[in-house]
Amino acid sequence: MAVEGYLATVVEGGLIAAILVTLVAGYRVIVGPTVPDRVVGLDTIGTTVVAIAVLFAIQTESGFFIDVGLVLAIIGFISTIAVARYVTEGGIIE
Amino acid sequence: MIDDVTVCCWLVPLAGESTAAVGGGPVRTAVTAGLVLVGVFFLSVGVVGLVRLPDVYNRMHATSKASTLGAASIFLAGGVHFNFEGAGLVSLVGILFLFLTAPTGAHMISRAAHRLGVQFYGDVSWPGDEPARGEPEVVADSED
Repeated sequence: MAVEGYLATVVEGGLIAAILVTLVAGYRVIVGPTVPDRVVGLDTIGTTVVAIAVLFAIQTESGFFIDVGLVLAIIGFISTIAVARYVTEGGIIE
Repeated sequence: MIDDVTVCCWLVPLAGESTAAVGGGPVRTAVTAGLVLVGVFFLSVGVVGLVRLPDVYNRMHATSKASTLGAASIFLAGGVHFNFEGAGLVSLVGILFLFLTAPTGAHMISRAAHRLGVQFYGDVSWPGDEPARGEPEVVADSED
């Protein structure tokens, strides 16, 4: 079961735009001059992937993928905190 | 008449009648489409800021506000589409979580960048300490 009417077009266009935006954010991860630049790029990629999961949930009418987006947001936050602590303190677990 | 029923179920989400199918009336479809468009716009603004701005602090300023707002708007579109029942409520939890964690993550990254000695763009200095211009900034001690 999928969405119908113009909402299907809007959601599909939004999916394509979000995917392109994620690829563009990969530019900053690759050529970022410093380590925090790459971390910020990866955090942005995480946020856009969460948006992609929610858009996919709307497109396929399956609410399961909203849970997937929530878990991705949690993992992205934890990984950001872990990298920030690793860069400053030299270790994550003391 | 169908619109009236739909608006009623928005206003009382928990007590909404489950007869309203997923992705029901025309008003809800229009609101979902509008929220998806707004969310994609703000995601694009955030990534343009990430690519174009000159400094890691400016980049995280762009992404932590604009991208978070875009993702929250798309989450809200999901909540409206699922009528704030089941997965729709989960998407509201996702909005709350994004608004709590994105500023925290940006704060941690900016502090890490400061400890690493990443310079500001131009002749801006960190508030509190006065480094000489052009001279590499002294890394602050971690026990404070």
